[in-house]
Amino acid sequence: MKTFTPEIDWDDVVISIRGLFKSFGSNHVLRGVDLDLHKGENIVVLGRSGTGKSVLIKIIAGLLKPDAGTVNVLGQEVPALGTAELRELRLKIGFCFQNGALYDSMTVGENLAFPLKRNDPKMTADQRRRLIDIVLDAVGLSQTINQMPAELSGGQRKRIGIARTLILRPEIMLYDEPTAGLDPITCTEINDLINEVQKRFKTSSIIITHDLTCARTTGDKIAVMKEGKFIRKGDFETVFSDNSDELIREFYDYNFTQ
Amino acid sequence: MEPNDQPEKPVISTKVDAFFLSVYDIFRFISRFFREVLRPPFEVQEFIRQCFMVGYKSLALISLTGFITGLVFTKQSRPSLAEFGATSWLPSLISIAVIRALAPLVTALICAGKVGSSIGAELASMKVTEQIDAMEVSAINPFKYLVVTRILACTVCLPLLMSYTALVGMMGSYLDIHLNEQTSITAFFAKAFANISFLDLFSSFFKSVCFGFTIGVVSCYQGFNASQGTTGVGKAANVAVVISMFLIFIEEIVIVQIINSIR
Repeated sequence: MKTFTPEIDWDDVVISIRGLFKSFGSNHVLRGVDLDLHKGENIVVLGRSGTGKSVLIKIIAGLLKPDAGTVNVLGQEVPALGTAELRELRLKIGFCFQNGALYDSMTVGENLAFPLKRNDPKMTADQRRRLIDIVLDAVGLSQTINQMPAELSGGQRKRIGIARTLILRPEIMLYDEPTAGLDPITCTEINDLINEVQKRFKTSSIIITHDLTCARTTGDKIAVMKEGKFIRKGDFETVFSDNSDELIREFYDYNFTQ
Repeated sequence: MEPNDQPEKPVISTKVDAFFLSVYDIFRFISRFFREVLRPPFEVQEFIRQCFMVGYKSLALISLTGFITGLVFTKQSRPSLAEFGATSWLPSLISIAVIRALAPLVTALICAGKVGSSIGAELASMKVTEQIDAMEVSAINPFKYLVVTRILACTVCLPLLMSYTALVGMMGSYLDIHLNEQTSITAFFAKAFANISFLDLFSSFFKSVCFGFTIGVVSCYQGFNASQGTTGVGKAANVAVVISMFLIFIEEIVIVQIINSIR
């Protein structure tokens, strides 16, 4: 369970999605998705692999175009934005990729400095260094600043990935499978880090996962996705109190009874 | 309302449609390059880094190949000219062959293999590991940072490398001529350049610019649009080299025809 009570502004919706459809050829991935993310809230999207969870957050970040539906982020309709406006909006969205997506040819410090140099060329090297130290400290990896991504473990890469998004001070965080492929101890560390980010940086987040421990620890609300639609939304207890749906039952049994 | 569920029917056939769509896609890629190359901010540091990778890092291979090409071509030509007692024509023959044809072509083929595969594989691996998407979501323009700099570096460095290959090739040729005829380097170059016109130099530079641009565009396009995970990385590198080499030969034929009609 969450170890703190987040400050959620229930009147302020930062992401509002209505009737979202997306297909790749004959594969209909999203079939009418509706979702609201409030300011300061963490929503966990649960579902089996291939149900369109990652596609959903890629559409929110403007990496994919939807076939139909509206995606409103911080008051702006994402699919209708031009290149310049989309770049402006993306500064307010942090996207943490499944494997960190760190730039292989750069050290950890250079990975963190890169978005700053490109988006704020007037910032001095000292200012950049101070920000890098702050975010590296926030993810607990200050000692890795001169290391190459290849020298880091899977968990460290994910943390640096989170640090790289935090450095631009986003209002919204999108996490794509933050605990996939990690051992239980590292998973707990990542879950704690997601909560710490929400608390310290006052972010609103969508967390894509199929790990129920991650969902229970980090989510203020859970949304379960099945065949491209949300079949249930609510807090953890509400969603899992009724196990009449086969997917919900299987998820719970697999994660907590083994 | 759910969007139309019917799969789109191909206009001609799936394969023919795919071919024309990819041609259209390449033209869009090239037109985007010309739009982005003139628009600030300019990625000067990355461009210089790419020039270093394309130019400086190819010097060793280019030196060896250029020198051997000049040396071997001279050795192979000598017996034929000796039959007519025309070995004194060797410097002119070699300079025409090297400057007009061999230097641009050898440089382009080596760069297509070395630089094209490297760019194709690098960008493809960035694509499949979501590093390009990571740039995009960090509000960085990956096309400008990765593609524009690499295409420009190839276009700028190929003519320079070609000049270097020509020089090294001539030195290889001089070595053989000096060992056989004890010709001085001044006399060799005087004879060599006696039959070289401005059009020869211009056509070689022009060809190299075209070859460099082709290598840059093809390898960046293949890398930037890679798919199918790690298999896609190998495929992108391979296709980048094969298509670059194919286009280089086509361009060579077309440019030679045009230059010969002007001459």
